[in-house]
Amino acid sequence: MEVMEEGREISSSNTVMCLLTDPEGEPLGAPLYLPQNSGPPQLQEIVNKLLKNEEKMPYAFYISDQELIVQLGSYLQKNKVSVEKVLRIVYQPQALFRIRPVNRCSATIAGHTEAVLSVSFSPDGQNLASGSGDTTVRLWDLNTQTPLFTCSGHKNWVLCIAWSSDGKHLVSGSKAGELLTWDPQTGKQSGGPLLGHKKWITGISWEPVHLQAPCRRFVSSSKDGDARIWDISLRKCVICLSGHTLAVTCVKWGGDGMIYTGSQDCTIKVWETSQGKLIRELKGHGHWVNSLALSTEYILRTGAFDHTRKTYSSPEEMKEAALARYNQMKGNAPERLVSGSDDFTMFLWEPALSKHPKARMTGHQQLVNHVYFSPDGQWLASASFDKSVKLWNGITGKFVASFRGHVGPVYQISWSADSRLLLSGSKDSTLKVWDIRTQKLKQDLPGHADEVFSVDWSPDGEKVASGGKDRVLKLWMN
Amino acid sequence: MTIFVIIDRLQETPCKRKRKTPSSSGFEISKRARIGATLQLLPQGDFIELHRKRHGYRLDHFERKRKKGAREVHELSAFARKVLGVKAKMFAKKRYAEKATMKKTLAVHAESSSRRKVDDKVDEGAIPAYLLDRDTTTRMKVLSNTIKQKRKEKAGKWEVPLPKVRPVAEEEMFKVIQSGKSKSKFGRWKRMVTKATFVGPGFTRKPPKYERFLQPTGLRFTKANVTHPELKCTFNLDIIGIKKNTNGPMYTALGVITRGTIIEVNVSELGLVTPGGKVVWGKYAQVTNEPENDGCVNAVLLV
Repeated sequence: MEVMEEGREISSSNTVMCLLTDPEGEPLGAPLYLPQNSGPPQLQEIVNKLLKNEEKMPYAFYISDQELIVQLGSYLQKNKVSVEKVLRIVYQPQALFRIRPVNRCSATIAGHTEAVLSVSFSPDGQNLASGSGDTTVRLWDLNTQTPLFTCSGHKNWVLCIAWSSDGKHLVSGSKAGELLTWDPQTGKQSGGPLLGHKKWITGISWEPVHLQAPCRRFVSSSKDGDARIWDISLRKCVICLSGHTLAVTCVKWGGDGMIYTGSQDCTIKVWETSQGKLIRELKGHGHWVNSLALSTEYILRTGAFDHTRKTYSSPEEMKEAALARYNQMKGNAPERLVSGSDDFTMFLWEPALSKHPKARMTGHQQLVNHVYFSPDGQWLASASFDKSVKLWNGITGKFVASFRGHVGPVYQISWSADSRLLLSGSKDSTLKVWDIRTQKLKQDLPGHADEVFSVDWSPDGEKVASGGKDRVLKLWMN
Repeated sequence: MTIFVIIDRLQETPCKRKRKTPSSSGFEISKRARIGATLQLLPQGDFIELHRKRHGYRLDHFERKRKKGAREVHELSAFARKVLGVKAKMFAKKRYAEKATMKKTLAVHAESSSRRKVDDKVDEGAIPAYLLDRDTTTRMKVLSNTIKQKRKEKAGKWEVPLPKVRPVAEEEMFKVIQSGKSKSKFGRWKRMVTKATFVGPGFTRKPPKYERFLQPTGLRFTKANVTHPELKCTFNLDIIGIKKNTNGPMYTALGVITRGTIIEVNVSELGLVTPGGKVVWGKYAQVTNEPENDGCVNAVLLV
């Protein structure tokens, strides 16, 4: 009874002026007087009302980059914030679904006779492919957890594999420089090898499905300093993007129809895709650029497939759905690009707007090997050889947290589809799952006998696949 | 031929020196005498070389040589046409052999200059694209866990590189130290360890009255040269402790290092990792030499 009265007292006497803004800083309506006893659930209702959401969306609230968990009143008391000023509260939409963290190894599938160099789930999460040093690509049956097809045809180690975002094609690149396309339904090679690169392939990226359906074109980058756009129906190289003076380490096909390439010559180049013209050159790094990531990358990868597991009958339908998803994800902000480099830093760019970086992210003590935006674009994770994974704000580039726990260099990271969990694979032979909300280690997954080279979290969130030097493919589940 | 040249050089230097300073020290004389003695044993017909050395070649030497070479083939062919009988047979055989070797050498030269496709051999030890350009020196150090696993399956846990060790007698291990003035047996309770020892970092000696065993500082070791048997490379690692000295538990407790002793070394700089993802820092190694003789501890890592 007393408590109730007290609460009423606070509500009647104490209000605080709040301004709700979206992650970009756009205010949502005018500043409001909110009672101090209102917490995240009340704020969530207000935001849903103001945005006129038909379906209630979950939101998380941040005040000066700290998540608001308690009521406003106790927050103000605890942090001694002036009541005089307008309190800016940032709301961030959360995924409607929740992905359970993986915690056990459900299968260890032997098959490859050399180290597994890359693993990748198909965009719908129903298929799994892996490329290995034994020159084969293998497709795995996820239901029975057994090998499905062995695709041999490469002449050397298979370094990269990539699924088209409609899930109809798989392309793999080898150390000998040739690219092969596979039909995932039959495990057969479709057409001959795509020759042109003189040295090994470092990255492959497909054209997003919302730009063209069905998927036809993809871009590959190579050690020889070129990136090439290929057409799988014409079965030839359409455009050769040359200009980098050293090896191209990473390539991404953006959602606005631009290609981004990062190179060992310390630059990032932006290309236009119809004629292969150079649009922008982003300079800033002092050493090799190792990895690029786009804020929309996860959407581009999964295309039209989402957590509802809807299937599409025609390519047009798929294209429309993908476009809708892309636009929803992107909002009205431009696409952001982040680059991780050998100079231990990262840059956040908005290549559509300017050639100058938006933010420079420092803090790593060793080279940054892999960067990855969370599926909702709010977060940014970086894996470094200094044994840590760091979390950054995906919009401003501010440092948020550092995940320590690995005892060896962290090679690869992967996000869960709901952006609440992060997976990292390391040289120390373990995988670790990190919780973004508590910023702590959620799950330690030992089991590999040697270095983990590649990890992937399936887009439907049920499984994690990892491969490494011990030649086995491991599937992890909850 | 080479011997000649060397002798020439030897011969020249004393001559020059003699012209400049006609000294007659005992050393000079003896040296010259020795050279003179060797010269007498060698053939004396190297005057052409000597002349060339002093005055250079004749001005038309190379022209004559070229002409002679050009003439040679003609002379040979003339001879080949003229020669008869067994001589002809021998000559033909020789020519044939010469031509065959010549053809072979030509083929070898042609092969080295011609372009051809390299056979793409698939190397072992595949690494992902992001590690391909990285320096691999650090990777050499790292022990492959897989090898470790294999080794574990193959061998029993206590199979060591030196299975049999020579037992060390107590008389050899310890030297009696006389204490006190009495020359009788009463002052003979103190012993000095004559072998290499390891004492921990926090070691303090006992007061002399109670110190039964002396571990001489000159024979104390803190580091060992540990060889990794699979990687075939050696690291200088800190000794953590003595696991077992086969001569007896007392020697283990004293920290005596002899051949065959199992020591524990700090391998954290090797970057070994357990399958659980923890860094391995202590591993056992067996001593393979006799440290008191060599001044260093050499050991083999037990994997």
